[in-house]
Amino acid sequence: MNLLKPIGVYLLLMRQVLSRPDRWRIFFKRLSTELYAIGVDSFGIVAIISLFTGAVVAIQVAYNIDNPLLPKTLIGFSTRQMIVLEFAPTMISLILAGKVGSSIASEIGTMRITEQIDALDIMGINSANFLIFPKLVAAVLINPVLIIFGMYIGIVGGYFVSTFTNLLTPSEFIGGVQLDFESFTVFYALIKTVVFAIIIITIAGFQGYIVKGGSIQVGKASTKTVVYSSVLIILFNLLLTQIFLT
Amino acid sequence: MIEAFHISKFFEEKQILKDVSVKFEQGKNNLIIGQSGAGKTVLLKCLIGLHEPDAGHIDFDGRNFSSLQAKERKEIRKEMGMLFQGGALFDYYTVEENVKFPLNMFTGLSEEEKIHRVNEVLKRVNLQNANKKYPGELSGGMVKRVAIARAISNNPKYLFCDEPNSGLDPQTANLIDELIAEITEEYNMVTIVNSHDMNSVLKMGDHISFIHDGQLWWQGDKESILSSDNIELNAFVFATELTKRIKKYGNT
Repeated sequence: MNLLKPIGVYLLLMRQVLSRPDRWRIFFKRLSTELYAIGVDSFGIVAIISLFTGAVVAIQVAYNIDNPLLPKTLIGFSTRQMIVLEFAPTMISLILAGKVGSSIASEIGTMRITEQIDALDIMGINSANFLIFPKLVAAVLINPVLIIFGMYIGIVGGYFVSTFTNLLTPSEFIGGVQLDFESFTVFYALIKTVVFAIIIITIAGFQGYIVKGGSIQVGKASTKTVVYSSVLIILFNLLLTQIFLT
Repeated sequence: MIEAFHISKFFEEKQILKDVSVKFEQGKNNLIIGQSGAGKTVLLKCLIGLHEPDAGHIDFDGRNFSSLQAKERKEIRKEMGMLFQGGALFDYYTVEENVKFPLNMFTGLSEEEKIHRVNEVLKRVNLQNANKKYPGELSGGMVKRVAIARAISNNPKYLFCDEPNSGLDPQTANLIDELIAEITEEYNMVTIVNSHDMNSVLKMGDHISFIHDGQLWWQGDKESILSSDNIELNAFVFATELTKRIKKYGNT
């Protein structure tokens, strides 16, 4: 019963969020702001993490392939597969759950406790739609771009570390990256990214929107956002992998 | 005119409002007073539709607000202005954008017309040259004035104020009270002020509703409040040292 109530409240809130905006012009203005806050502001951290993780993945694969019968191109191939299938969509989404999700929960939670949301409601504005919908659309649009960027930088990281440490030649690495490439793997990664973006934004929006009390509750909402969205990302990762790759 | 008919409100098992019926007239400063926890904030939130009454209904100029659907309520909401205790200005907007917000949402005015209106209301609340400042850069009194400017920018018919001078020094509180009273007269609005500041009560109280233990305990005006023989009202009114001395001075 205690578990069902928040799910019901969440679904009711989503019905409000997914309604028609009061003013499309205002919506597009807010969308551009959110695209910047959620997307552009995250490129730096995505680049740093992807670069180093790509490098680490390449080293680890090389470390585990010591059989001279196995071609070295396998290092590039494995790095690409791990980055595209798992690291970029899932790991970056988990990082964004921390960075973007907690920020949204704090922002909306603070608006709740300082009566800014009440002010919107009294004006007759659908506050849930006004605050959460532009963030949701922005994340669904920009997160796939971030993830593609993360894939590219991750592979570049693998390339640099492999060639600079003489694990293999640049042409061997590139040959491995190009080996047996299936564009479906990128499609699968993007589907996961969109689902994870929806999880991050709606959980963060929900946790912020239902805050009652003061700054401590805002902090708790922020923490809950990271925990719940991370758990849901992991669960949906398994579910989507089961659906698409088996 | 705003009329509340037999309003009751429960929170779980606890009854906060008990059959409250009260009338708030146009062009008057209608004050709701009472101790903390008496139910005045719940009554105000019922009036503005943030809480749904469990019994009774609220009429805005004969329109039964309680029975309306969200879409129909929206039309009445456009006629409301609200001044919150903390101002409730949008942090990420400048003063100008905050005041312009209702105009953006509900009017088809051109940008030039909107800016003209923003400057007009900011001038009215004596807050010029603050257009580009953010709420975080303003003092408490300035925040309240911007909130008043935002509340009146779309020419509301109904103005609600929740403890408008809490946290302000006596002089600034006085200015805010004067401003609300002047604006009420100018715009001929129904103004409802939720307060427990006796200075506001004696200064602006054209119509005063005293809420005690969730019930409408006493009604009157700023002239009659000091001479009432209602025990609970007297305990509230003459609770401060200042009002005690006034009573003493008046009696001797």
